[in-house]
Amino acid sequence: MKLTGAQILIKMIRAEGIDTIFGYPGGAVIDIYDALAKQNGLKHILVRHEQGAVHAADGYARANKSVGVALVTSGPGATNTVTGIASAYLDSIPMVVFTGQVPTALIGNDAFQEVDIVGITRPCTKHNYLVKDVSKMAATIKEAFHLARSGRPGPVLVDLPKDIVQTAVEFKEPKEIVLKSYRPNYKPNKKQLAKVVEAIARAKRPVIFAGGGVILSQASEQLTQLARMTNIPVTASLMGLGAFPGSDPLWLGMLGMHGTYRANMSIGNCDLMIAAGVRFDDRVTGNVKKFAPDARIVQIDIDPTSIHKNIEVQCPIVADCKTALEGIIELIKEKDAASFSPDTTAWHKQIAEWKKTAPLKYEQGKDVIKPQFVVEKLFEVTRGEAIITTEVGQNQMWAAQYYHFDKPNHFITSGGLGVMGFGLPAAIGAKAACPDKIVVDVAGDGSIQMNIQELMTAVESKIDVKIVILNNQYLGMVRQWQELFYNKNYSSTNMENAPDFVKLAQAYGATGLRCTKPEDVEATLLKGLNTPGTVIMDFAVDREESVYPMVPAGGAITEMLLV
Amino acid sequence: MKINSYLLSILVDDEPGVLSRISGLFSGRGFNIDSLSVAKTADQNVSRVTMVTKCDAHIIEQIKKQLNKLINVITVNDLTDKKYVQRELSLIKVNAQPEKKAEILRIVDIFRCKIVDVGLSHYTIEVSGDREKQDAILSLLKPMGIIEIASTGAIALARENA
Repeated sequence: MKLTGAQILIKMIRAEGIDTIFGYPGGAVIDIYDALAKQNGLKHILVRHEQGAVHAADGYARANKSVGVALVTSGPGATNTVTGIASAYLDSIPMVVFTGQVPTALIGNDAFQEVDIVGITRPCTKHNYLVKDVSKMAATIKEAFHLARSGRPGPVLVDLPKDIVQTAVEFKEPKEIVLKSYRPNYKPNKKQLAKVVEAIARAKRPVIFAGGGVILSQASEQLTQLARMTNIPVTASLMGLGAFPGSDPLWLGMLGMHGTYRANMSIGNCDLMIAAGVRFDDRVTGNVKKFAPDARIVQIDIDPTSIHKNIEVQCPIVADCKTALEGIIELIKEKDAASFSPDTTAWHKQIAEWKKTAPLKYEQGKDVIKPQFVVEKLFEVTRGEAIITTEVGQNQMWAAQYYHFDKPNHFITSGGLGVMGFGLPAAIGAKAACPDKIVVDVAGDGSIQMNIQELMTAVESKIDVKIVILNNQYLGMVRQWQELFYNKNYSSTNMENAPDFVKLAQAYGATGLRCTKPEDVEATLLKGLNTPGTVIMDFAVDREESVYPMVPAGGAITEMLLV
Repeated sequence: MKINSYLLSILVDDEPGVLSRISGLFSGRGFNIDSLSVAKTADQNVSRVTMVTKCDAHIIEQIKKQLNKLINVITVNDLTDKKYVQRELSLIKVNAQPEKKAEILRIVDIFRCKIVDVGLSHYTIEVSGDREKQDAILSLLKPMGIIEIASTGAIALARENA
């Protein structure tokens, strides 16, 4: 059977089990769009800006535990994807981005809407391709998906010249992908696992530190089982939230710059850290010289470059988190209770004291809404069941601190790159993947304006997302730093000149609600969540509320500013 | 941290953009490349990159791991502490005034180099050897007046057991 490059593309995406892609047409991909309109197996969601397509694919991948796909045209279409790709790269999100390209004969001639997107995205993709021969198209696409989802996942870009997608060729099913230079190591070294079990048996002050890798390898169940059977408390990075139930008594809260006091103190004082699927980002470690100074560190990661990069570890395990954790659990089960009963009573007592000393706190008065209160109420009224996406800044940290995630794949945030404008398109992607879930974008008034055009996407495609704006009329996180470290010189962070978000929602055909009083918070949330369609809930919150606790950049994580 | 010179022999898929992936990795992560040499191997689909880099022991571990992570990199062999043969090739165009010609020829003879181009007032000398030999002959030719130099950078192969 002869198929055009465009038809092969659609067929190969479907073969990967993907039912929805996000994109924006243009001259170089017009043939692909022509083919898309003539089939009904693959749904296409038309975004309003290519950056939105990539963030939506990111949200889709995370909520669906699969690969997100974006399709854009050449030139500006392609360059507009770069922020989204870089975000997915830093968060290790499986994604394939297809970009149109000028016809092969014109490549290199500075043609209209030509850009070297393969060159531009080389440092922010796991790998990328320029397809120069239609007979290699199917195999290249299959390889792209294989790379995106295997090993340490990440975004892969495939650049498709216009003449390649136009050309018809006899379709041959591509063979299984075997790459001699790419064989991720999934299986842990047994001896290393035995060392971990020994270390747990000896430890007096153990902590488990979970990262995004636990969620990516779908190892939450194993992590939870290990923690409970060994009675070891658990903390997580921002990307690891939901890997361990936030309602479990062993939960310490998030670690790092805005982590809880007890989580940071536990890491600062532990004698054993079992780090799974983390890369020791600077927002987690603070001053690396003072990070977990007394700890023997076990690090499980599928990517060898994550090990010894920022932090020296004593027991590295290069493997899939799930397989490694399963191995550790099996070895512990083989031990009899008498020889394996670590004594950590004093440690748990100490942690309970830290919890009492400085819990997460805010005071909700009668007059002004506290942003934390909105997030906590949102948690209550959704019973913790919603998928939460965030923008970046204070909104992101309050969502992380006050929405107590019990399950993985429910917190979707741009962790590594920190992209403002991520939350709304990511929410659209998540809702497209999980139509039965409530999906809420916790936003700030600054960041929501960065991809506000995607409201139209949500309304048009009937993808109902709920947007909670914590509106303090500031770029709050930068303002907070200016308050603390720059003598309150609020340079360019005042956002008082803002659109009326209620009218803005209405202009897009969505519903807009505003709330200015603490007593109306719950009712507004209930109304917004129960109103069909996309809804903006604009909460006027305390303008100068800050995120605490806080570790000043470069400080030790145990030296926190506590309100 | 102690800075050492490391010699890496890297096999890569012979595909467009591979060199740029490697050099981009170095510039993006702030690693140094002292010299770099690329050519095909006996296998038409595989090229060998020989690279000299100066860094500390911690960084070289990252460099090797990051190189291995590139999809088109097949193997990374750190020859630094192994037995290997290494060569560099230089072409040195040197000012050859009549009264200096005899001395230049003597130097060429001592170093077992070749004269590959002769003019009325210059010689072009081909030197092959390790870095030390290159440096030694350069220091002797310098007083004559060096006009131009082209150098390959190091290439190397691990020694097999005899």
